[in-house]
Amino acid sequence: MEELEASLFRREFARLTAALTRIFGVANLALAEDVVQETLAAAFEEWSRTGIPQHHSALLMTSAKNRAIDVFRRERTARKFAPEVRHLIENEWTLRPAVEELFLLPALKDDELRMMFSCCHPQLVEDVQVALILRILCGFGVEEIAAVYLSGVAAIEKRLFRGRKVLRTSHRLFELTAEDFAPRLSAVHRALYLLFSEGYHGASADGVIRPELCREAMRLVRLLVDHAPSATSATHSLAALMYLDAARLPGRVDDSGDLTRLFDQDRSRWDKKLIAEGLSLLELSATGDELSDFHIEAAIAGMHAGASRVEDTPWSQIVALYEVLARIRPSPVVELNRAMALAQVEGPERGLEAVRTIGGVERLGSYPFYEAALGELELRCGRNEIAQGHFRAALKLARNNAERRFLARRIADCEA
Amino acid sequence: MSEFVYLYREASMPASPQAMQDRMVKWLAWFRDLEQTGHMVSKGHPLHRTEGGVVRDRKGSLTDGPYAETKDIVIGYTVIEAKDFEQAVQLSTGCPLLDDGGLVEVRPIMKL
Repeated sequence: MEELEASLFRREFARLTAALTRIFGVANLALAEDVVQETLAAAFEEWSRTGIPQHHSALLMTSAKNRAIDVFRRERTARKFAPEVRHLIENEWTLRPAVEELFLLPALKDDELRMMFSCCHPQLVEDVQVALILRILCGFGVEEIAAVYLSGVAAIEKRLFRGRKVLRTSHRLFELTAEDFAPRLSAVHRALYLLFSEGYHGASADGVIRPELCREAMRLVRLLVDHAPSATSATHSLAALMYLDAARLPGRVDDSGDLTRLFDQDRSRWDKKLIAEGLSLLELSATGDELSDFHIEAAIAGMHAGASRVEDTPWSQIVALYEVLARIRPSPVVELNRAMALAQVEGPERGLEAVRTIGGVERLGSYPFYEAALGELELRCGRNEIAQGHFRAALKLARNNAERRFLARRIADCEA
Repeated sequence: MSEFVYLYREASMPASPQAMQDRMVKWLAWFRDLEQTGHMVSKGHPLHRTEGGVVRDRKGSLTDGPYAETKDIVIGYTVIEAKDFEQAVQLSTGCPLLDDGGLVEVRPIMKL
């Protein structure tokens, strides 16, 4: 039996839901999701016995199409469907041919892209946008989304409910030729960046890195890259950033699931294909005058990825890039990262000076890596006891088990 | 050797696309195992979980749906061959339903 793609059903959920939402109209998004769920359930039941057929995608699409026809027949008087299909479905003779045409390949092509833009509606906060994306475009179940956010299922249901409610006001999937394409594209960037970060940093959950969220974000950014109007310089830089960061994931976490510092990572585990792809996306992004925080972050990631050893990293260039980033997006975390890079160039004492002069440092009050950075630098200066004090302070602020374990190890390292 | 029926019972379906796929892969592996060890007689069929009814008289009046007696409804069946009931039970422990709170009812088929 050939290797089954690990997230086949989720992909199919996304593809089919986008298509049915276009065909039923956005107002009937929940109906589209239900029909797709039923389609997958029937496939699951049958294929559990017969095995997964070779042309599974086509078969699922055909099954969804037939269910769509049944839905139209059953519901044409009870529900309001998309304006384009309304008169076609009233007549039994035009119903099937009309639906067949709606399922033709050229029509299906842009559905997921348009759905992604729809999910990033300006009236929705980013958390809701990402929840919608996870549900509709990544095929995550509500419980699976709740597990990512360490939230209750009810809270996620509420977010999705709010999201669908706002989406309903749009009637149609987002038109890629719309006037507000540019700001909407920006919103899509932010949402995908947030999604990627959730996976990369384990930001909201138990600190567990979730590579599948990174993969989803990368798959979706690919849709932007492959569609000419959305293949902007900013898109390329965001994609580059994702590919370059994802390349380091195999080194970021060791075999027992513990976080490893950049300095300690086994770089032979970094994914060379992703690095190559990331660097070529980075090159593509270097056109035009646009300079966004994505560009800078991608460039920094590129510098790390290109260094086969810590010592080969162009640290002074990274310092300069953090300075540019600080001007575009001023933040104490950016200053902290700059200080750490500066320590690589000018030594830990200079690094400590830089950390101590960070403006707005109160905002780092609950950020464990501020204390951890001080600990790191004091340890390099040979002041083990002081370093250990900082790491203990950091441990008190740890937000999850992965951070706790990492900081406990650093505390132990100070004993050496 | 005797024949046995496995009646699969479950309260609810795997909820998400991924859960369905994971379960499907496990079913295929378990069925393949039963086939390769010569115990499979018939893989059986999946049964619709919400449609259906109970006929109680010659007039064909329908009452209840699949949920009539218990919340763990029969969602499918398989026929296997085993040397005795103990072995039939032992073979059933590979059923993926058991990971998710489902049940396998093992019933011998009566023979003269």
